[in-house]
Amino acid sequence: MITTFLRTLAALMVAALSVNQAVAQSEDGALEITVAGGEFQPISVASPAFFSDGGEAANLAAQIRQVVMNDLVGSGLFRSIEETAFIEQVVDFDVEPTYADWQAINADALFTGHAKIEPDGRVLVKFRLFDPFSEGQVEGLQFFSDPADWRRIGHKIADAVYAKMTGEGGYFDSRIVYVDERGPKGNRQKRLAIMDQDGENLRYLTSGGDLVLTPRFSPKDQEILYISYERGQPQIFLYNLETQQREVLGNFPEMSFAPRFSPDGRQVLLSLAQGGNTDIWVMELATRKMRRLTQSPAIETAASYSPDGQQIVFESDRGGGQQIYVMSALGGSPQRISFGQGRYGTPVWSPRGDMIAFTKSSGGQFQIGVMRTDGSEERILDASFLSEGPTWAPNGRVLSFFRETPGANGRPSLWSVDITGRNLKRLNTANAGSDPAWSPLLP
Amino acid sequence: MKSTLKFLIAAGAILAVAACSEEPASPEAAAANSGGSTAAAVDQSTLQYFQQTVGDSVFFATNASSISPRARQTLQRQAQWLNANLAVNAQIAGHADERGTREFNLALGARRAESVRSFLVSQGVAAGRLSTISYGKERPAAPCSAETCWSQNRRGVTGLVGAPTS
Repeated sequence: MITTFLRTLAALMVAALSVNQAVAQSEDGALEITVAGGEFQPISVASPAFFSDGGEAANLAAQIRQVVMNDLVGSGLFRSIEETAFIEQVVDFDVEPTYADWQAINADALFTGHAKIEPDGRVLVKFRLFDPFSEGQVEGLQFFSDPADWRRIGHKIADAVYAKMTGEGGYFDSRIVYVDERGPKGNRQKRLAIMDQDGENLRYLTSGGDLVLTPRFSPKDQEILYISYERGQPQIFLYNLETQQREVLGNFPEMSFAPRFSPDGRQVLLSLAQGGNTDIWVMELATRKMRRLTQSPAIETAASYSPDGQQIVFESDRGGGQQIYVMSALGGSPQRISFGQGRYGTPVWSPRGDMIAFTKSSGGQFQIGVMRTDGSEERILDASFLSEGPTWAPNGRVLSFFRETPGANGRPSLWSVDITGRNLKRLNTANAGSDPAWSPLLP
Repeated sequence: MKSTLKFLIAAGAILAVAACSEEPASPEAAAANSGGSTAAAVDQSTLQYFQQTVGDSVFFATNASSISPRARQTLQRQAQWLNANLAVNAQIAGHADERGTREFNLALGARRAESVRSFLVSQGVAAGRLSTISYGKERPAAPCSAETCWSQNRRGVTGLVGAPTS
């Protein structure tokens, strides 16, 4: 059943990629894009019970189960089967379910869990995933952790279910760093903030006294790069989330900005202004050695590595308007890949290597889209007055970005969308937020 | 008490004029208005004089950084002022409107600031007295989302370092 299901899912995704998109104007001025034609059926999943040995564990078990279900349903690929539809009441974690009872209600997957507080104070959570149609257990895991980290256990279980049922990597046990925004449009107070991908565990990383922009997550470590004006010129800072150590990268007479880590986390692509002209450089983090990658009187910026580290994609107005180019990571002659109507910027290579996400401005609107790495099969996933700055979830299936509403009281907000165009939704943040950057899966 | 009120009203009127001077066309107009009649009474070395009478801002077309004829006049006055006030240095801030992506707008702001800087240098201002910074779209002067505001936000602002405020 699982393999049949995966094949079906894959087929549906291909279908979704090729169908036409319907575009409609909504009340708040944002374009709503619905992918028509795909007969997409979410995976039906049931979670009969999370057991415990009582006390605090009972509470944790219930909360973890809720996190798992919220993650799965929130992805848009799963549907939760109502408890009232259950035929069998599962009463023991160690007893196999009666598969026929779950087949009867078309449960594609069924998971149960058990939480217990260990003598050393840690919580032990076990989890089992069953496929009612192949009549067997397809996954079983257990986690030990500080009870305070219970949400992460939920995300890890959700990732396990997602991976087994879709055949793709999960992305729930991850975080998003972004810029929290307050105050009037002409004098925004911007603070670096980090939260779990579901909006929980918000933490501020800077005080708000200095203008900060464009955080970027290391694909390898719990490190981020961001821009701060705290020393006058915009400069790139490297922040270690574990040690909370901060350092400035290089000391250049003019602006340094638009940083991105290499896939191995050892190098940083960045942009330097020299005599007002911006070009792309690469810095080796260990030695701080700099190498220049572009040299032209045009603006070259917003560079991003391919996941194999062999190529970079960046934006340039060398041809007149802002467009997207691909080039060897060593430099050389860039190939333009964006040829649609409008201007293209902020290219980001998918962690799967197959696509490049971008911001496009055309016809007075800004759009978030993806294209193949040769520029073909462009697909617009969101459009509004201002939609900008896509960032990939670690599995390369979901993008986050921000929208900003127009006018003197305009405010930015964080959004996410599946690369098929489905499941466009606003993310929960405490205040207005912009410039999201998705972390890799947590270790 | 009454006279205080009158004074406040008068101050309000001046502020309104100052606010108008942020419009692309008006710094030059403001200079023309105040230059002749009141010049004798005004201390020309102050920050206020530079901002309101000389004109501290020049404006750019969409995605462009070239100096327009009108901006050229403003910058010529700025250069004259800077050449007459040698103790004062300047930092030129380049700005962009909100209709571009964040990093591109930072680069565009840097280009505009450099365009202003090199024009001032061409007018005899010592390069060592001038620095640049880009704010991209981070610090709009006018908040509305229409060309009337965007045209005010695509700007280069010459900020004085060390000028008396009054």
